[in-house]
Amino acid sequence: MSVVEILLFMVSCILTHNFIFNRFLGCCPFLGVSSKVETSVSMGLAVTFVMTIASLFCWLIYHLLLVPLELTYMNTISFILVIAALVQFVEMFLKKSSPTLYSALGIYLPLITTNCAVLGVATLNMNNSYGLLQSVLNGTFSALGFLLAIVLMAGVRERLESSKIPACMKGFPITLVSAGLMAVAFMGFNGLV
Amino acid sequence: MSEKKSLGKVLFNGIIPENPTFRLVLGTCPTLAVTTSALNGLGMGAAATFVLVCSNFAISLLRKFIPDQVRIPAFIVVICTFVTMVQLLMKAFLPSLDESLGIFIPLIVVNCIILARAEAFASKNPPIASACDGLGMGIGFTLALTLMGAIRELIGNGSVFGLNILGSSYEPMLLIVLASGGFLTFGLLLGVFNLIVKKIERSRVAKEAKTA
Amino acid sequence: MSLRISTAPHMHNPLTTQRLMQYVFIALLPTAAWGVYAFGLKALLVLILSMASAVLAEYLWQLIAKQPVRIKDFSALVTGLILGLNLPATAPWWMVVVGSVFAVIVVKQLFGGLGDNFLNPAMAARAVLLASWPVHMTSSAFVSPTFFKAGVDAVSAATPLSAKSATLMELFLGQIPGTIGEVSKAAILLGFLFLLITGTISWRIPVVMTGSVFLFSLLIGGMTPEAALMATLSGGVLFGAVFMATDYVTSPITPLAQVFYACMIGLIIVLIRTFGSYPEGVTYGILLMNIATPLIDRFLPRKIYGHQKEAKKA
Repeated sequence: MSVVEILLFMVSCILTHNFIFNRFLGCCPFLGVSSKVETSVSMGLAVTFVMTIASLFCWLIYHLLLVPLELTYMNTISFILVIAALVQFVEMFLKKSSPTLYSALGIYLPLITTNCAVLGVATLNMNNSYGLLQSVLNGTFSALGFLLAIVLMAGVRERLESSKIPACMKGFPITLVSAGLMAVAFMGFNGLV
Repeated sequence: MSEKKSLGKVLFNGIIPENPTFRLVLGTCPTLAVTTSALNGLGMGAAATFVLVCSNFAISLLRKFIPDQVRIPAFIVVICTFVTMVQLLMKAFLPSLDESLGIFIPLIVVNCIILARAEAFASKNPPIASACDGLGMGIGFTLALTLMGAIRELIGNGSVFGLNILGSSYEPMLLIVLASGGFLTFGLLLGVFNLIVKKIERSRVAKEAKTA
Repeated sequence: MSLRISTAPHMHNPLTTQRLMQYVFIALLPTAAWGVYAFGLKALLVLILSMASAVLAEYLWQLIAKQPVRIKDFSALVTGLILGLNLPATAPWWMVVVGSVFAVIVVKQLFGGLGDNFLNPAMAARAVLLASWPVHMTSSAFVSPTFFKAGVDAVSAATPLSAKSATLMELFLGQIPGTIGEVSKAAILLGFLFLLITGTISWRIPVVMTGSVFLFSLLIGGMTPEAALMATLSGGVLFGAVFMATDYVTSPITPLAQVFYACMIGLIIVLIRTFGSYPEGVTYGILLMNIATPLIDRFLPRKIYGHQKEAKKA
């Protein structure tokens, strides 16, 4: 991949095919952990971290283990095990090596195992038969798109805190409507890449 | 008699009082992504129900053997087994549905409803009750998805289950079947659902006050 | 009764919400008048319908939600008018109504009413209509103004952006196809002048935004200065800059933040125009920066304004 191609791929992953607004992957944490800007940044960074490594490892497992052994139908189960193990490992590693980072990301790491964005990106890499580099880049850039979406959402939600939202719309409903309107705005990036 | 009643209650619990989609707001990704038509919603709901019933039953059977520390990975492996079964079955027998649900079939593994029921119900209750709980939750999920799919298909395409309802002069509101329409429809439906629940509760309170 | 406005800009502005909205309404009149003159009775009907349905939607909502009815504050009227001006004169009646109701109910009232919406209601509604019924909203729906091409009535023309045939003067006066309100730059500037004189808006956002569209058209679009000027005067840039990007509720508070906000809108517009699949990016540029506004307000330094407030408290 040339530099230009990588840049275009980045724009495509972050803006045009945003994981949240275009592909509906990672909606649970997007809706659940977006009430404060600080926590949403931590969550986004943790997801970026895990998605990058998971893309790498899932690619390796799939192409070096499952394909030669003709066990490709085992992809989902092996991916999810890889992700669960990775998350566990990352958690232990961070706890030892970087306590500050651990305290920032710590509580979000276990949640990431069941974040469908991670399994989603691994499956997408497989379905699109991306190469190793493109898989890892897809993981990182898609996660950055998730980060962008969740931080923007948190900014909006902090603002909504002081609003007189009708009782029946408080919480999830208004968050979903906000996300819908944001997705409308993101449609502007259609065809950008 | 009492056993039967409680099983019925367990079943009903997932359909209305703890509807996974509208009350607990779990499993939002498939709810948003696949409900572009009523049929897709129904298909996704059916697949998830199958996995829910099987995994709840299996996990409940194994609940005494699974060590507490590794229970989550163990649950995931059980769930994943059934998801892979569904995936292969769908590919073989319903290829067009498999195509339109796409990546969201393997992603049933990380659907929080299934893990949540395994953790909250199946790991503490006997197999039959757990299967009932799974069935109830599954039906609740399926109903919600089909309802949302039907509404979105009606507005965004003028049809329900592929049957044209609004006539040829209706110009469909395309947005509703696009990504943003999913969020908007879900949010507004949730708001309406809250409004109805609140109204029912209020009238119940008023009735109780009257009788008391 | 004055409105509760959650963001701060009104504090340094002695005008009430009602007066502000009246000024915006008056400032929009030249544009509306030109639109009606250029596109005929159809345009007038679209504008009346969009205003009426916006006001009615607001009235009914406030009645049903048992809120004080505030339609006299002109805000629904202005929303309706801006939306109407953002539609082509050929817009079917039901689309106008859906747009107005969506703007007032979903974008504004569900979030708590005026001052609590995080997006400009008219802009969001326009984007929704554009996604829902592209045929009625894009170039094929734009007719040439009826008066100067008499005889070739209702010929669908290319988008204003790709219509290279228009001269600079035609662009400036508004003898081009487009939505009802965006065509005449002269009328928009008249409104801008009025808003400046009455102190309703500051020059900052409109001027910086238009300037950045020009600049980025040169840099990213690789245009000649003349073509960049044409691009700046084409489409909805000026209308958006004066009437929509300046919305108090959805734009940043401090001058520095406003400059950044306006620059980014210009950048997004040019990016979408150059690389995107939509011919025009003004709507999306403004909406995207509306979304970013809470973060901009938070992370760009709040200069003297915030400090003074704190000092007073202490």
